[in-house]
Amino acid sequence: MSLIELRDLTHIYSQGTPFEKVAIDSLSLSIEAGQTVGLIGHTGSGKSTLISHLNALLKPSSGTVLLDGEDIFASKAAIRAARFRVGVVFQYPEYQLFEETVFADIAYGPKNLKLDNAEIDRRVREAAAFVGLDAGQFDRSPLELSGGQKRRAAIAGVLAMEPDVLVLDEPTAGLDPAGREDLLGRLFRWREVRGATIILVTHDMSIANRCDRLVVMSEGKIVLDGTPEAVFAHGEQLVSIGLDLPAAAHIAKLLRDQGLDLPAGIYTLDRLAEAILALRGKGASPC
Amino acid sequence: MDPIIRIKNISYTYPDADRPALDGVSLDIMPGTFTAVLGSNGSGKSTLAKHLNAILVPAGGKVFVDGMDTADEGNLLAIRRQVGMVFQNPDNQIVANVVEDDVAFAPENLGVEPKEIRRRVDEALKSVGMYEFRMHAPHLLSGGQKQRVAIAGVLAMDPDVLVLDEPTAMLDPRGRREVIAAVETLCRERGITVVLITHHMDEAVRADRVLVLDKGRIVLDGTPQQIFPQTAALQALRLTVPDTVALMSRLNAAGMDLPMDALTPAECAAAILEALQ
Amino acid sequence: MLKDITLGQYFPGDTVVHRLDPRTKLVLTLVYIAALFMVGSWGGYALVFAALASVAAVAHIRPRALLKGLKPLVFIIVFTAVLNLFFTGGDDILFQWRSIHVTWSGLKRAVSMVLRILLLVSGTFMLTYTTSPLAITDGLEKLLSPLKKLHVPVYELSLMMCIALRFIPTLIEETDRIMSAQKARGADLETGTLPERAKALLPLLIPLFISSFRRADELALAMECRCYNGGEGRTRMKQLRMAWQDGVAFALGAALVAGILLLRRLGI
Repeated sequence: MSLIELRDLTHIYSQGTPFEKVAIDSLSLSIEAGQTVGLIGHTGSGKSTLISHLNALLKPSSGTVLLDGEDIFASKAAIRAARFRVGVVFQYPEYQLFEETVFADIAYGPKNLKLDNAEIDRRVREAAAFVGLDAGQFDRSPLELSGGQKRRAAIAGVLAMEPDVLVLDEPTAGLDPAGREDLLGRLFRWREVRGATIILVTHDMSIANRCDRLVVMSEGKIVLDGTPEAVFAHGEQLVSIGLDLPAAAHIAKLLRDQGLDLPAGIYTLDRLAEAILALRGKGASPC
Repeated sequence: MDPIIRIKNISYTYPDADRPALDGVSLDIMPGTFTAVLGSNGSGKSTLAKHLNAILVPAGGKVFVDGMDTADEGNLLAIRRQVGMVFQNPDNQIVANVVEDDVAFAPENLGVEPKEIRRRVDEALKSVGMYEFRMHAPHLLSGGQKQRVAIAGVLAMDPDVLVLDEPTAMLDPRGRREVIAAVETLCRERGITVVLITHHMDEAVRADRVLVLDKGRIVLDGTPQQIFPQTAALQALRLTVPDTVALMSRLNAAGMDLPMDALTPAECAAAILEALQ
Repeated sequence: MLKDITLGQYFPGDTVVHRLDPRTKLVLTLVYIAALFMVGSWGGYALVFAALASVAAVAHIRPRALLKGLKPLVFIIVFTAVLNLFFTGGDDILFQWRSIHVTWSGLKRAVSMVLRILLLVSGTFMLTYTTSPLAITDGLEKLLSPLKKLHVPVYELSLMMCIALRFIPTLIEETDRIMSAQKARGADLETGTLPERAKALLPLLIPLFISSFRRADELALAMECRCYNGGEGRTRMKQLRMAWQDGVAFALGAALVAGILLLRRLGI
């Protein structure tokens, strides 16, 4: 049984008005426990609407969302359970900070879980450590933190709920390159330690190519689904739906267009360098 | 030719800050050039940008725009008209709820004749490819389109310099491509001086000149071809190198002999092909 | 979802009514309201209705759109009708049951009050359906411009209104976003006692305030960068200009008032 299963999901905004818009169009998708899934697609492809269904924030216009085989909209209790098992970090999560101190803000989710104080304390400290926020910041107002620290505090607020599935919508948007690398590394480590499932929503291909599996959305539908290697082999299709190729895949495509015999599906610089060096060996030998 | 912007040893410290945001920056920017400014968060990039159109006035040193001292209050409007500024969040710089009315905002403020405003608005919208959206409501546009409207709103002042402070940070790849293409066209075809602050190396690669800031000082200054091969220096400054450079340095480490100044994917591919043949 | 609320009543179009100067439409709406209160006979209501129907027809406003707009008023209309029907005194009793009695004059009054509300609201819809909020703001600014002499900051007020209109959709989106984020952290905004619910709103309101201030800050900076320095010396791209159609509209408005007064005199 899959951890998450979407069956024939459709979501229509403003149904029955002139502003009606089909955001998700009879989409089916299964996600296994422990996977790192990249959900990619340009703005308006339906990916944000999709993730709001995973923790029961949005009710589908039709179709079902199953978590461990159970319909998450079956009862109020099921909705609440889904909300705690699937943690969602939305875009620019720093805008959700509201408590007087960083500690209280990270503790907001665990408090809603009605945990006792000792457990809340443990979770807040652990989550803060995962995102690299040191305990010296706990008593400060979240408003006094730097942009990058605010982002970390907000993410910690969701990690502290210890969800089985962590969904992050563009977690690194607006960070500088070093901040981006650091945060991603920490999220992947959290996944390893907790054995959780991660769904990364992004249009940054340098993030996408670190996932086990990529799901590409366009106009409310899944258009590609597979390993990064399989997905990035469809370069032209990705560009046509408004996405970029990872630089390595782009350069590989340019070289292939010039008649160079590179294997399909190259998307990392390491693989590309390897493949080019292999060709060099071959090119030299016949002489 | 005289520089359009001349910065002489400026420093600036924000109130309540314990160290200066800018610490002895000197810089000349020539008319019609495309300059990219890089640096990690907190390096002083945005503070530098705010000095270019007198939002901030240096605590020490001087900034001259087209010969005008930014510290002189009397020059304020003339400088702001001359140096257009575009910010990161397109939502927070659009004033009106119809695209063309928003673009008209600046020339209306300047007291330009109605007919001339109409001409400028149409021209500005055309030059960023947003003319057919002139009657739309901004909140229904995509991020890239909103940002192009914001650029048009600045162009309607008829500025000589365009300063963009991380204009693509909140955009998706399509939006980024649209905005950067529009900016490049303005520079190359209309001769507008561009200062682009960015975190994206692939955008900086297209500039004539790259400046790297760190702790309020300019630490690297040169053409992209001079700057980007310095992988070690860039990494020490918390910056990444363009993927093309990363690839070529890997290949060169394995014994190939590629020129490190092939920065765009196309140039890089061409260099690899040549080396293989 | 908050997104589902459709905001603003404006239906873009290109009819004569749409193209009229917003000042004309504002003034004529006032004239229309005044005329409605001058009505003193059933013929007068018929005339007002005819006027309304012709404007709606010319502006391509379908009756369904009007009815939809009137829907939220059902309660007020029923309430007014009931009040007038049962609580108007008089001897011309039409119907009586225990202490409840309905009189002829009560019935007449109820019908006339309901007609008045319906015609009044529908009439103002003619303005808002055919005029963009921005044009209304522009028109108001021009109409109120004599107040500038009294140092009333007319331009600033109209700019404030314009910016408010511009940011309504943005703030709705923002509210939606923050609400989702807090719900994702287990916030419960729907159940609990009133004080509990009020407290539960803090995680929504505080971030919303903070972000609105941040937006205001950034917007003010962007406006400064675009040479904003108050209303003085400002020009406008779009000049409001009266055309002959506006003259015709005023003449028709005057005719409506004259007609109502005449019918009232004749008692039709």
